[in-house]
Amino acid sequence: MINFDLTTEQKAAQIEFRNWVDKHVAPFADQFDEQQETPASLIESLAKVGYLGALVPQKFGGSEMDALTWGFFCEEVGRTSASLLSLITVHSMMIQALVKWGTDDQKNKWLPKLATGEVIGAFGLTEPNIGSDARHIESSAIKQEDGSYILNAQKRWISFGSSASLFVIFAQVDNQPAAFLVERSMKGFSSEPIKGMLGFRSANIANLSIENVHIPASNVLGRPGFGFSHIASTALDQGRYCIAWGCVGLAQASLEASMSYAGSRQQFGKPIVEHQLIQEMLTEMIVQTKAARMLCLHAAFLKIKGEPALIMETSTAKYFASRIAVTASSSAVQIHGANGCSADYPVQRFFRDARIMEIIEGSTQMQQIIISRAGHQQHTVDQRERESAKNQG
Amino acid sequence: MSTIEPNVRTFLGKYVSDPQVDGDLDLFSSGLVNSLYAMQLVLFIEKEYGIQVANEDLDYENFKSVNAIVNFISTKQ
Repeated sequence: MINFDLTTEQKAAQIEFRNWVDKHVAPFADQFDEQQETPASLIESLAKVGYLGALVPQKFGGSEMDALTWGFFCEEVGRTSASLLSLITVHSMMIQALVKWGTDDQKNKWLPKLATGEVIGAFGLTEPNIGSDARHIESSAIKQEDGSYILNAQKRWISFGSSASLFVIFAQVDNQPAAFLVERSMKGFSSEPIKGMLGFRSANIANLSIENVHIPASNVLGRPGFGFSHIASTALDQGRYCIAWGCVGLAQASLEASMSYAGSRQQFGKPIVEHQLIQEMLTEMIVQTKAARMLCLHAAFLKIKGEPALIMETSTAKYFASRIAVTASSSAVQIHGANGCSADYPVQRFFRDARIMEIIEGSTQMQQIIISRAGHQQHTVDQRERESAKNQG
Repeated sequence: MSTIEPNVRTFLGKYVSDPQVDGDLDLFSSGLVNSLYAMQLVLFIEKEYGIQVANEDLDYENFKSVNAIVNFISTKQ
């Protein structure tokens, strides 16, 4: 049975999220982009309303939001600020990794603080020499006799790296990938903000330097050997889910801005919305945004049911949504003409941010490898089942 | 007769060409499955058998082969 009906609570949550971002984010997003920083006051506002604890289980002080409602939240944030979306993405990646793979002590220590925003989480996998080839990270940790580790790591392009206080950092332990909970306050930790990015300019992106940092055994997340296959995978799946929904929001923002502009901008004696070549672009934006939203809804459906297929479908949703966010925002700039290239309109920010979406949490090209392989495997399975049915029949 | 092994092989069949592999074959070191499979296996075990795979279960011996997976599920049930 297919049911697209939302619950009363989900409908109310959608409206609440929309109103909140329209009041607290949208009016300031361009300013933060220009300043290349998200101020602590906005993060505090997010914390105050409880959104930072949305994915934390209730017993740890969170609201344990369902996957679909969380998707709606990501869409609304993505509609107003991709940089802020990256905050809730990396924060939720930390939460998801802890909820799934943390020890009881780790959950009891960190989840209540992540829920209130007392602690902001972030994710450190990418390195100066390692992007997509994450299995070959060069950061390393050496186990000590007492079970603790000495960690040396250089991490690059870390969203909210200049303001988060707890990081899940990946490093090799005897050539086995491992995950560590690294606190900003640890001796030997430092961060350097990165300015001048194309997009995500207010995502507080930074390089992290972790030099001879002593990591107690209690800060090992999961077990060495499972850092990539289980801990990073869990976090990245969550990240792709957030980004996919956020891209729907970004495309929706591009569409709304374009509709508004095309309806009021007069050329050749009539609003440009009446020109057929503009209509073509608007139509593509409408249909592609709807299609991306449907893929996200499917991923949400599988996530709620805990289906193994959710991982591939989330990748599919992220792949498609990030691509159409680029085309939708590009069309929005085109429809706005020179105005769209200026700081007077947000569509140039949408376009710059959309380009980042195709790179983070698994680039478009990495998704293509994964999706095509899975598609071929599914084809093999289908063939096998057809053969089997034929032989039995 | 337990249905665990046939179920595990049916699940495995979604990711490998021939799910009737030797029960002790190391699925990871043989290159039959990739890293995405690892989390899909976790989700399969959790959904199919109502088992929570947690931190303390992260042991390669629990997941490396069909027999290992069957044994892990049987032990946790």
